[in-house]
Amino acid sequence: MRLYGAFELVGDDEFIDFYIAIKAPNILRRFLRPQAVFSFDDYVPFKPLPYSHASAFFEWGLNWCIASQSQQYLIIHAAVVEKNGRAFIFPGTPGSGKSTLCAALTCRGWRLLSDEMTLISLADGLAYPAPRPVSLKNQSLDIIGHFAPEAVIASIVHDTSKGTVGHLRPPDLSVASAAIPALPAKVIFPTYRQQAATELVALPKARAFMKTAENCFNYNILGSQGFNCLGRLCDGVDFYDFTYSNLDEAISLFAELAG
Amino acid sequence: MKTPKNLGLGVVFNNPNAVLELTLPQWSVLISQARAAGMLARLGLLLQEAGLLAKIPPQPLVHIQSALTFSQRFDLSLQWELQCIETALADVNIPIIYLKGSAYSVAGDRAASGRLFSDVDILVPEDKLLAVETALVHAGWMSQTFDPYDQTYYRQWMHEIPPMRHLQRHTSIDVHHNILPKTCQYSPDARQLLAHIVKVPGKDCWVLASEDRLLHSAAHLFYGGEFERGFRDLSDIDLLLKEFSAQEGFWDKLLQHAATLKLDYALYYALRYTHLMFKTPIPEAIFVAAAQNISLGKPMAKCLDALFLNALQPHHSSCHNRWTQLALLLLFIRSHWLKMPFHLLAVHLFTKGLRRIKGEDNH
Repeated sequence: MRLYGAFELVGDDEFIDFYIAIKAPNILRRFLRPQAVFSFDDYVPFKPLPYSHASAFFEWGLNWCIASQSQQYLIIHAAVVEKNGRAFIFPGTPGSGKSTLCAALTCRGWRLLSDEMTLISLADGLAYPAPRPVSLKNQSLDIIGHFAPEAVIASIVHDTSKGTVGHLRPPDLSVASAAIPALPAKVIFPTYRQQAATELVALPKARAFMKTAENCFNYNILGSQGFNCLGRLCDGVDFYDFTYSNLDEAISLFAELAG
Repeated sequence: MKTPKNLGLGVVFNNPNAVLELTLPQWSVLISQARAAGMLARLGLLLQEAGLLAKIPPQPLVHIQSALTFSQRFDLSLQWELQCIETALADVNIPIIYLKGSAYSVAGDRAASGRLFSDVDILVPEDKLLAVETALVHAGWMSQTFDPYDQTYYRQWMHEIPPMRHLQRHTSIDVHHNILPKTCQYSPDARQLLAHIVKVPGKDCWVLASEDRLLHSAAHLFYGGEFERGFRDLSDIDLLLKEFSAQEGFWDKLLQHAATLKLDYALYYALRYTHLMFKTPIPEAIFVAAAQNISLGKPMAKCLDALFLNALQPHHSSCHNRWTQLALLLLFIRSHWLKMPFHLLAVHLFTKGLRRIKGEDNH
């Protein structure tokens, strides 16, 4: 509830995109080394996890549903936040610091669209939000805890396949504006390195195109539609490589870029 | 949250216009059912053909369109995969015969519409198995099991060698020399299948005769013990029957082939259950003739009806009742019973059980 308090429940007359359940595999497993099973449309795509991982499992499973079932979007493995109507996209492999950066920005008033998947509509080229709790791993938990002491971080689970994982409650305003897309303005490839100076380097578009394509979940599935969508994105945004260690510097730099 | 009154996928396949009456919660269930049954893309194509896509609310429509996009990409990847297989087997000098999904696709059958699957199945003469397997290994495919017991089990008793997977593309191929296990009393003479293969116009590959494609599909569904995709498989048979019945002399040849291949029972079930669930048009005389070729006591027929009509529903909780799990279990046992004689089955299950206890088996 601490994480999902801002979300509304589905009404009786509304459409449901994905039927998801997290359950115990059987009665015995409720008591003996309890486990959680994730199912989607009664189908079980993953092996069970320890029961204590259930909340993280829900988030991962739901991400998987969206990423595998939403070919109306070009899906970039990237965090995306918005300020002044301009969406900033942060692609990144795990450990690049995209979630940390995304969490820090949302703690400073940026709107959260997603910390994991940037959904670029094939129809209009806009980024569509899927705001949910921001997944924070290992040191990021402490970093954000210090950076924003008022932030709600809950469901902390140790010893998952990704190490220690916790989730940051998304800003209420971001959840309330989940239906409003944003125009992509910048695509920034972050690298977090200890003691590194804050450095923003513009990337040539051809190189950036390929780098973005490598970070897409469904570029190969969409074929020419994906190519055209990414081309349109490239025409409209600036690309940068970004190295940082100081979150405050990073945020004031992005605030400047957002105008 | 209230569970909306369920409008089954079966109803929509019989009468696409029924979707016009659906409320959003009913759409939610329908989309979920179709996805679970592996039928979302096929549902989309059905509605497209009926000119109904424009009348669907936007929320379910995005899911249907997403499935259609995925299915288009699947068809393209499949073409590429088949090309790789044909290149790999070019030097073996045998006709490349595709089975099931791949066959429907290359032959342009309606049963290929919106059909997704994970393995390519091919049929080769039994004495060419070694040559084919070697050529596939040279081209990068590798057996998926190294377990000596599993390897022996497949090679001694089954109608296929253990599945092979390509090291780079991770695609799977099942190389068959027959369509039912050697140990199954209904296993046909594969030479009869090979004698009637048809070359695909303009391509370097073959498929089974129309009648045999249908009989294979029926044998697979009604002698196999897995019904997760049962609704989709029955829909395949429905589409094949509707398509092939336009061919001159199809029904008579179908009965003949069923007799030659010892697949009369499979054919009877296919006709009965497609007609019951999809209202597939089947000439009365054909139905009577198919029923005469088998002997099924009334109690047994009733029992099978109860089992199949339950198991063939979409694999989704909204289509299940309290008997479904039991029906699935009984049909699973039945399939093993049909697959091999009792003494072999007993030895196999005993060995498997023992290996599982010892932790040698992870299947």
